[in-house]
Amino acid sequence: MTAPGPGGFETAAGSGPYFGEFGGRFVPEALIAALDELETAYEKARSDPEFTGELARLHRTYTGRPSIITEVPRFARHCGDARVILKREDLNHTGSHKINNVLGQALLTKRIGKTRVIAETGAGQHGVATATAAALFDLECVIYMGEEDTRRQALNVARMRLLGAEVVPVRTGSHTLKDAINEALRDWVTNVETTNYVFGTVGGPHPFPAMVRDFQRIIGEEARAQVLELTGALPDVVAACVGGGSNAIGIFHAFLDDPVRLVGFEAGGEGVETGRHAATITGGAPGVLHGARSFLLQDEDGQTIESHSISAGLDYPGVGPEHAWLSSVGRAEYRPITDAAAMEAFLLLSRTEGIIPAIESAHALAGAIQLGREAAEAGRRDTILVNLSGRGDKDVETAGRWFGLLDEQALREERA
Amino acid sequence: MSTSTSLTAARLDAVRAEGRAALVGYLPVGFPDPASCVTAVRTMIDAGVDVVELGVPYSDPVMDGVVIQAAVERALAGGVRVADTLRTVEAVAGTGVPILVMTYWNPVVRYGVDAFARDLAAAGGAGLITPDLIPDEADDWLTASDAHGLDRVFLVAPSSTTERLALTARASRGFVYAASTMGVTGTRASVGTQARRLVEDTRRAGAERVCVGLGVSTPAQAAEVAEYADGVIVGSAFVRPLLDAASVRDGVAELGRVVAGLADGVRGGGR
Ligand SMILES: Cc1ncc(COP(=O)(O)O)c(C=O)c1O
Repeated sequence: MTAPGPGGFETAAGSGPYFGEFGGRFVPEALIAALDELETAYEKARSDPEFTGELARLHRTYTGRPSIITEVPRFARHCGDARVILKREDLNHTGSHKINNVLGQALLTKRIGKTRVIAETGAGQHGVATATAAALFDLECVIYMGEEDTRRQALNVARMRLLGAEVVPVRTGSHTLKDAINEALRDWVTNVETTNYVFGTVGGPHPFPAMVRDFQRIIGEEARAQVLELTGALPDVVAACVGGGSNAIGIFHAFLDDPVRLVGFEAGGEGVETGRHAATITGGAPGVLHGARSFLLQDEDGQTIESHSISAGLDYPGVGPEHAWLSSVGRAEYRPITDAAAMEAFLLLSRTEGIIPAIESAHALAGAIQLGREAAEAGRRDTILVNLSGRGDKDVETAGRWFGLLDEQALREERA
Repeated sequence: MSTSTSLTAARLDAVRAEGRAALVGYLPVGFPDPASCVTAVRTMIDAGVDVVELGVPYSDPVMDGVVIQAAVERALAGGVRVADTLRTVEAVAGTGVPILVMTYWNPVVRYGVDAFARDLAAAGGAGLITPDLIPDEADDWLTASDAHGLDRVFLVAPSSTTERLALTARASRGFVYAASTMGVTGTRASVGTQARRLVEDTRRAGAERVCVGLGVSTPAQAAEVAEYADGVIVGSAFVRPLLDAASVRDGVAELGRVVAGLADGVRGGGR
C-alpha cells in the first residue's frame, strides 16, 4: 500500500477533480459551464445547514434511513463460519442505494433553478430512483435506457412510466448502459439551460465522482457505527459490488483510514478469461470514457468493448475514477465474481435468510463467501460487512430463468 | 494563439486574402469504406473544400448526431482501425489543402499522445480537432503538438465564459472551432443566432481565426456564416449523400455537387 500522506486516505481522496492520475473532465466545452455551476452549487450546499438538514429529513421520513444492519448466521455458515453482517440498502424506498444520491441531486437541481432532469439507467434502479425524486419534487424527467436493458428490465420501465417519467429506449451503439449515457450527454449538451443531469454513479466528469460519493457516504458512516455497536469492534473486511462504484465507495469511505480491508467485487460474467465480463479494473486498462480518466474495457484502438454480466446494474465497461485510484495505491482490492457464483450466492441468501438480494448485490455476497473461506483456511474467523445494495424484486424473472423455476409452458400459454 | 508553424492558419489567411471564408469539410475515416473514403475526400477537395477534417471512428461519439453516428457505426462495423486514419491522411495530404483529424480523446490516449502526434505529422496531417478534450486536460497534447508542429483546434460553445474563451484561444493553433448552438452535429433549419456573437466574443478574447460548425448544411447558411467567420465547417450534410445513395459512385457524385454548392456559399453565392 502506498503511503497516503498526512491526513490519511480520506484526505488524500479529496473532492476531485483528480484522484491521483484519474478523474478530470473529458467532456465537450459546451458542458463546462454547467459542470462549474453544479460544482459551485454543491460546494455551497454541502456546508449549508438548510440543505444538509433537508436532505437528512428526507432520508429519515422518505428513504427510511438509517437502514438497519442484519447479521446473517445461517448464510455465514457457508462463508467459512465468518461473522457476516449485511448493510440493508435493499430496504430503502425504491429498493436500492441509488435513492441516497438522487435525493441529493434533485435537491440541488431545485437550488440551481432547473426544471428538468435526465438520467441514464441500466438495471432501471437509478432510473426508478430519479423518476421517484422527480415526482416528489415536480420535475420533468427523461430516462435514457439501452433498448436491450428495457427488455431485460421491463418491469422497471413500467415503474418509471407509472411515476410520470418518459423512458427513451436507446438504439445506438450496443444498445446498453454506455450508449444510454452517450444519449443522456447529447441531451444535456442540447438542453443544459433547463436541464440537470442526475448521474447515477461515481463516474463521469468532475464534480460527479466526488459529489455522488459524498451523497452515498452515509452508507458507511451508519454501518461503521452500527457494527461497532453490535460487535464492539470494526469489521475485518468490507465487501461491496462494483458497477460504476457508487455503493462500494459509499460504504468504503468511512473505513478508509481504519485497519479494515476493502474489497470490491466486479462482474466477472462468464469468466474474465472468456472476454465476456464487466470486470473493469481486473480486466481493463486506463483510458478516458464518459468524462473521466479511469479504467475501462477497450480494444487496442481505444474503442470501448461491450461488457457482459447477468446483472444489468453491473454491466458497464467503465468504473469510477476514485476506485481506479484506490486500486492503484493499494488501499482497496478488486476481484471478479462470475455470473454463476453470484447466482449461487443469490439463491443461498434467499434460502438461508429469507432475503432476496439484487443480482448486483449477490456479487458482494459471493465475495463474502470467498473471503470467509479464505480466512477460515488461514485459521481466522473474520467479521465481514457486506453492502446489500438492493433487493431482488426486479430480478425474479432472471433468477427464475436461471434456476428453471418458471413454468415456461404456462407462461407461454398465458401470453398467447 | 501561436501561428508560426500552422498549415491551417496559412491556408485560412490565403483564403481570407481572396475576400471570402473557408469551407471546412468533414468525413469519417473508412466511410463508406477505406478506399471510397479516399475517393470521397479527393472529390471534396476538387469541388472546393479548403480544409479537410477526417473523423476517427469511435465507439462513443457523444458530440455527434444521428447522421454521423450512423456513418461511424458503419465504418467500425467494416473493421476500420485507427491506423487507417494515418493511411487515409497520407493518401489525401500534399495537395495544399490541410488535413486535420477530428478525434475523441481515448483513441489518442490508447495510441500514445506523442506517438500519435509523431505519426500524424509524418503522414502529412496538419493537426487535431478534439471535441471532448478541453485545454485544461490537454498538457500532453500541448507538448506533443509543439514537438511535432501540429495544429490544435479546441472548441468553444455559446455557454463558454469570457475566461474560457481566452483560455481556449490561447491554447489553440490553426483556428478556434465555435459551436454554433448548444447541441451535437447534425443539419438544422437555421444556424443559431448565438453563432455570430460567439465568433465576435472569441475574437475579442484573442483568437485570430474562428470557424463555425454544427448545423450548417445549405449554401445560404454557409453564405450567412461566411459574413462573420473565417471558415464554415460542414459535416452531416457531406456525410448524408454517402449514407443515402444507392451506390458509392452515386453518393460520391452527389457529394461533389453538395460541396460545390457550399463552396459557392462561402463565396457569397446561394443567398
Ligand atoms: C442494487 C444495485 N447495486 C449496485 C449497482 C451498481 O452501481 P454502483 O456500482 O454505482 O453501486 C446497481 C446499479 O444499477 C444496483 O441497482
